[in-house]
Amino acid sequence: MTIVKLDPLPARGKRRTFLSGFTLSATAIALLAGNEKLGLVGSASAQTANNDVTILNSALGAEQQAIAAYQLGAESGLLQKPVKDLAVQFQGHHKAHADALAKAVTKLGGKPVAPMKDYHFPKEKLKSQNDVLSFAATLEKGAVSAYLGAVPILTDKDLAKAAASILGDEAMHWAVLRYALGQNPVPDAFMS
Amino acid sequence: MRLLAAFLVGLLTCAPALAADGNAERGEEIYTRCKACHALEQNRVGPRHCGLFGRKAGSVPNYQYSSAMKKYGVTWNEETLDKFIENPLKTVPGTKMGYAGVKDPQERADLIAYLKKATSDPKICE
Repeated sequence: MTIVKLDPLPARGKRRTFLSGFTLSATAIALLAGNEKLGLVGSASAQTANNDVTILNSALGAEQQAIAAYQLGAESGLLQKPVKDLAVQFQGHHKAHADALAKAVTKLGGKPVAPMKDYHFPKEKLKSQNDVLSFAATLEKGAVSAYLGAVPILTDKDLAKAAASILGDEAMHWAVLRYALGQNPVPDAFMS
Repeated sequence: MRLLAAFLVGLLTCAPALAADGNAERGEEIYTRCKACHALEQNRVGPRHCGLFGRKAGSVPNYQYSSAMKKYGVTWNEETLDKFIENPLKTVPGTKMGYAGVKDPQERADLIAYLKKATSDPKICE
């Protein structure tokens, strides 16, 4: 496959921090950005918080894995500019997601899952830039599905909305990676 | 007549749902939804799937399960997987798998057909 020329960082100088470009409710922002005064804990039942903690921790684990995967890609020596810059940018998004999710779990009274000590990635199969991008695309597609599976069962609607905003970011990653691989970036009208 | 109607309703509500025939090819596509957390060959955020059928829940070596999954006690087969995949959090309260589940019975059947094939494939699973 042919790598399509990309200008991945047209807005390099004005990179946004997580959530600054979204309009989220005060509660969601409080939960995801760590505002002590606006947290949900006081208004949510313990069971509700427990369920949401489980769901958020699942997402957090996947985000930590994505960070590790992009680190592997960046250090592989297989990525050329500007693709490497793109990978680092996407990794930064995942770091922002992970930070926000960890804070939300803490706000709900839970304990954020720790990153795994070692991730078993298929290193032996990553022999070219396209291999790395394909692997990243697989994880991003999975992340979209994971958030799609989380949004409807988060009991707090503000958290669901915040998770949906992350879903949108993951979907953009997936589309850009597919484009870089020479594939149809948006193959379907619906995600599943 | 009423008794007959009640009997028929009882049959319909108590009989186990017939599993749909699964299509492994479609199931492979559905499995892409799982890949943020799972892989066939290796433990990731979720446990590896190789060797899934016939394995006791919560028993993959070197994977940190929730205590709920360790205690779940089932052996994975078509029926137990179908129930779990439909609604993980309801089926095993306390599971780490914070996911709504695959609600469509046909999609579950397809996914299970793929898993049955792939997780016993010696080219994939050593």
